[in-house]
Amino acid sequence: MEIDPFIFRLSIFILSIFVGYYVVWSVTPSLHTPLMSVTNAISSVIIVGAIIAALAGSSESFFETSNIFGFLAIILAAVNIFGGFLVTQRMLQMYKKKKK
Amino acid sequence: MSANLSALFYLISGILFILALRGLSSPETSRQGNYFGIAGMAIAIIVTFLSIGSFSSGFIYVLIFLLVGGSIGAFIAFRIPMTAMPELVAGFHSLVGLAAVFVAISAFLKPEAFNLGIVGNIKLASLIEMSLGAAIGAITFSGSIIAFLKLRGIMSGAPITFKGQHIINLVLGLAIIFLIYYLCLSQSSNLFWSIILISFLVGVLLIIPIGGADMPVVISMLNSYSGWAAAGIGFTLENTALIITGALVGSSGAILSYIMCKGMNRSFFNVILGGWGATDQTSSSETKEQKPVKNGNADDAAFLMKNASSVIIVPGYGMAVAQAQHALREMVDALKKNGVKVSYAIHPVAGRMPGHMNVLLAEANVPYDEVFELEEINNDFANCDVAYVIGANDVTNPVAKSDPQSPIYGMPVLDVEKSKSVLFVKRSLSPGYAGIDNDLFYRDNTLMLFADAKKMTEEIVKSL
Repeated sequence: MEIDPFIFRLSIFILSIFVGYYVVWSVTPSLHTPLMSVTNAISSVIIVGAIIAALAGSSESFFETSNIFGFLAIILAAVNIFGGFLVTQRMLQMYKKKKK
Repeated sequence: MSANLSALFYLISGILFILALRGLSSPETSRQGNYFGIAGMAIAIIVTFLSIGSFSSGFIYVLIFLLVGGSIGAFIAFRIPMTAMPELVAGFHSLVGLAAVFVAISAFLKPEAFNLGIVGNIKLASLIEMSLGAAIGAITFSGSIIAFLKLRGIMSGAPITFKGQHIINLVLGLAIIFLIYYLCLSQSSNLFWSIILISFLVGVLLIIPIGGADMPVVISMLNSYSGWAAAGIGFTLENTALIITGALVGSSGAILSYIMCKGMNRSFFNVILGGWGATDQTSSSETKEQKPVKNGNADDAAFLMKNASSVIIVPGYGMAVAQAQHALREMVDALKKNGVKVSYAIHPVAGRMPGHMNVLLAEANVPYDEVFELEEINNDFANCDVAYVIGANDVTNPVAKSDPQSPIYGMPVLDVEKSKSVLFVKRSLSPGYAGIDNDLFYRDNTLMLFADAKKMTEEIVKSL
């Protein structure tokens, strides 16, 4: 009997939760704020879905309702991607060892 | 690009995201980690373009929208002051939530574009996944908006509670599950819209009863939700990058919530079901008799610290409000010139989000190896001459160790009272967020400095 591809995705999902669990526990508490901003940035990979949604259908009719929601989602996710990574970078620049 | 090849590339970007989080295990590797994250994102976006293949005119629009959003994001990232980080993160969470809702709506309206079936006959599993993604996304969106308004001070930080609140939440939660069930039976778009609307409402109701100082838990929780929403959409789109990321972010937020709850010795449900501040605030203040307090000024404080051999600084939310971190750094520089050993003690729930104090101190150029967590430094108070408490309150209250009746009993606190003398910068004797009096104010070795945290610190710098 063939295994449903859903089971494979579920396996990836559950294994990733475990990976996340161990990786996040190793994050130093002083970097918890950058951790939040970077997780926020990477969760905007949802833009992948937004791009597919925006470009769905024939090229003459890409301003149907579903496309418009896709385009809106692209803007929201893009704000997050650029904002999230840049603000994280800005914060991490400040965590430098000082010469005494 | 074939579906198999792009799936492999999505896996690579998922791995790069894992490395991005891994980098945060130390400040040295963190910047490199962030580049891994950016690379992962770039790969995911480019692969998506390539797998769609036809570079129609719609492609140009996508780029335009991407750049519009990107410039707004970049503008915000460069302009935002570090003290506003908590509300920025809350705001960003709301965007992820709303983006998840929009993608889910789009997939519902045009399932054939995502290979999910056709309108009116969407695959059952996909329907469940997209409605769960949309529901969690909607809760994340409206919940984060409320958190944002509270953190920004547009909405009062006080908990808003009313009778039957929890029952309403429970009923609405069950309603969402029933609606998803009926949606699967009927495929009716009205049910889909109702799920989203009810979820928006749940997000609002979930966050309004939670008070200001519990915000670290709320922000972490919403962080977690935004991850689960992304994972839900990831299952719908059958996209590995999104599934991996969703799981990472979801567990990251959950762990942070756990750490924050532990920092307050409260269970997660205790925090979610409403704040301390609303309960017995009045009873404790009525019975309070006037106790003597030693009152000092900047010169006294400067004298004490200059003659100390070691000083521990305990910052709290008050430092963030007064923006006193730069003045504090100047004060520490002056002390160091006098040969005083200075370190910083950070309580896990100091401030309004995890790591809030660390970021502010880093902004003021405090080297991170002078900043210590509660467990690392708590034993040092006994050997320290002066503890300088600036804008913290409940996290220093010895009552948490001595009085089983106290609402904060059992909460891990900084043993500030063990140091030879305590300087407590505070605007008045008013109790902290938990609504309880701080024993520390009346101790013999405590000197109260009644002033704004920034002004007082600046005055101390002058008299040094």
